[in-house]
Amino acid sequence: MKVIARRPESLTEAKFHYCPGCTHGIIHRLIGECLDELNLRENAIGICPVGCAVLAYEYFNCDMLEAAHGRAPAIATAIKRLQPNNTVFTYQGDGDLASIGMGEIVHASLRGEKITVVFVNNAIYGMTGGQMAPTTLLGQVTTTSPYGRNKDFEGYPAKMAELLSQNEGSAYICRTAVNNPANVIKTKKAIKKALQIQQQGLGFTMVEILSTCPTNWGLSPLDALDWVEEKMIPYYPLGEFKVKED
Amino acid sequence: MAKGRVRFFTDRCKACELCVKFCPKGILGLDEEIINTLGYHPVNILHPEDCNGCGICALMCPDMIIEVERE
Ligand SMILES: Cc1ncc(C[n+]2csc(CCOP(=O)(O)OP(=O)(O)O)c2C)c(N)n1
Ligand code: SF4
Ligand code: SF4
Ligand code: SF4
Ligand SMILES: [Mg+2]
Repeated sequence: MKVIARRPESLTEAKFHYCPGCTHGIIHRLIGECLDELNLRENAIGICPVGCAVLAYEYFNCDMLEAAHGRAPAIATAIKRLQPNNTVFTYQGDGDLASIGMGEIVHASLRGEKITVVFVNNAIYGMTGGQMAPTTLLGQVTTTSPYGRNKDFEGYPAKMAELLSQNEGSAYICRTAVNNPANVIKTKKAIKKALQIQQQGLGFTMVEILSTCPTNWGLSPLDALDWVEEKMIPYYPLGEFKVKED
Repeated sequence: MAKGRVRFFTDRCKACELCVKFCPKGILGLDEEIINTLGYHPVNILHPEDCNGCGICALMCPDMIIEVERE
């Protein structure tokens, strides 16, 4: 018998604290598998966000740091510049990356920092109980948009992949989802490609991943997968937005 | 003999049913007879003989409780 699936070595044995069916867990596993397959476990340095993934340093079996809310790209910049031979990644939610951390991410991209950002877009502040994020969809009800997000009042949801793909410093920008097996496989390929482009030193890399928050969306884990397909993907199209050739 | 073999670490299962939904053979379900230490009815394989070892259940499990082997 050949092993088809088992826990990657780049993850620890710790139990995830995430809610049932929350796809943060799938994304963790994909990063772990990519680090294993690229033989980067001893080489990688990860930066955790503030958000539901705040404890991710317990889960990744490589060197990990914790950043203040939104500041992971700044820390990643310092580490990568001091240790250019290490592979540096950040793991950030949409509140972390696109709200308080908007400045850090845009400038890291403009500077072409040779880091990989794994951006988990679940259209909400998960950890703090379901407030509106910059990525919350129009009409989406959250605790701070109880009548649904209104473009005339709260403005439009941020399309971070499209935005960052405009920057010269960006070498690889892609958006994927983890709502079905085919999309999970594509997400893994994208993360691996981003890490490889970082290794080639071509510039800033980011994979935006549409992810679920069943708890704060008020949906079952399975209905949350459908919500990604029916509501998120039409506004946040999947695909590669920037691929710099060397 | 089944072509595939799955192993579950059921004490970590959160009964989200992502594996159940996507198993192409439709052979997974929750075991309502059991409550695990997390308080959920964990996953169970109803027809192990039909498992083809495709690994899709493990691909979708957010809690990495599934190991899959194939002939
Ligand atoms: C400086 C600072 N401001 C605000 C907070 C409160 N806070 C904690 S997590 C969070 C947002 C989390 O949302 P997101 O980044 O989307 O991650 P998710 O939980 O959805 O994965 C906020 C605003 C904080 N911890 N620190
Ligand atoms: S609150 Fe949402 S994002 Fe956070 S662990 Fe629960 S389901 Fe996942
Ligand atoms: S390996 Fe494939 S056939 Fe077997 S239980 Fe998992 S999803 Fe079903
Ligand atoms: S996907 Fe994982 S956690 Fe969810 S029901 Fe299946 S085995 Fe349990
Ligand atoms: Mg979020």
